Amino acid sequence: MANIHPIRPLPQEPTDPSLDLSARAMDNLRFIRETMERAGSFTALSGWGLVVIGVAGLLASWLAGRQHTAEDWVALWMVSAVVCVLIGLLTTAMKARGARMGLLTGPGRKFALSLAPPMVAGAILTVVLYRAGLSTGLPGLWLMLYGAGIITAGAFSVRAVPLMGVFFMIAGTVALFSPASWGNMWMAAGFGGLHIVFGTLIARRHGG
Amino acid sequence: MRSVAGAADDTAAELDRLIHERVRLGIVSALAVNASMSFNELKTMLGLTDGNLSVHARKLEEAGYVDCAKSFEGRTPRTEFSLTDSGRRALEAYLNHMEALIQAVRDR
Repeated sequence: MANIHPIRPLPQEPTDPSLDLSARAMDNLRFIRETMERAGSFTALSGWGLVVIGVAGLLASWLAGRQHTAEDWVALWMVSAVVCVLIGLLTTAMKARGARMGLLTGPGRKFALSLAPPMVAGAILTVVLYRAGLSTGLPGLWLMLYGAGIITAGAFSVRAVPLMGVFFMIAGTVALFSPASWGNMWMAAGFGGLHIVFGTLIARRHGG
Repeated sequence: MRSVAGAADDTAAELDRLIHERVRLGIVSALAVNASMSFNELKTMLGLTDGNLSVHARKLEEAGYVDCAKSFEGRTPRTEFSLTDSGRRALEAYLNHMEALIQAVRDR
């Protein structure tokens, strides 16, 4: 794909036909760039990447059930979160490269910037709740905040993305009002099940 | 340095009229950043009617700029569009023309 250079403003108002022609050329370039950005965000997420994250989520839920202390349990989920973020970045980068689109330009950056605030809030609240001995509330909190991030980040993407976020928020809400011993089950249903179902849907309908 | 008039003449003479049209330029630009897009995705994204998209997509297909694959998802027909190498080259040439035109005015 040809490089699209940043468009600088006109030095002056167009007063002759050649300047008018230049203004129209700039308008065309702007239109192309905006269309590419919107079209890119349409399928920026890698569906197969989400499926892999879902499998990792199921594995992490199974391992979490075998931990004996709250400390080990939280540590395991923290490591899993980092691994899943890396899988997400790698598979999205691979999809972006397949479509000859930069990961950190336009839609990819917008997606990451929208997802980041709830993730940061989740990380801080995790520390607070863990210190207060309220680790049992963490699955619901994580599912809800991740869902909130996916809804905002996926606002301009295919409908499946924000819809997945809604399901995460529902799972998180139900988890918060469920018995504490169901925490790992809700994590498996959300980070495992929802990722696999919506990942497959996105991969099949939106090119990988 | 090329004159503005020269650049304008070149553009008029060589400009790819086929993708200069706004709807077709939108289709080609959207397909340039996606491996493929369905009829409904393109229609929604570009805010077009069925008829409008059909007409313009067919022109691009006839020129060899766009590939069109028809299939069935259950009983629902599904049309997938993708950009051909020739279409990608046409978009690059169009971008180069626009940039040359702007540059010629700047260098004046």
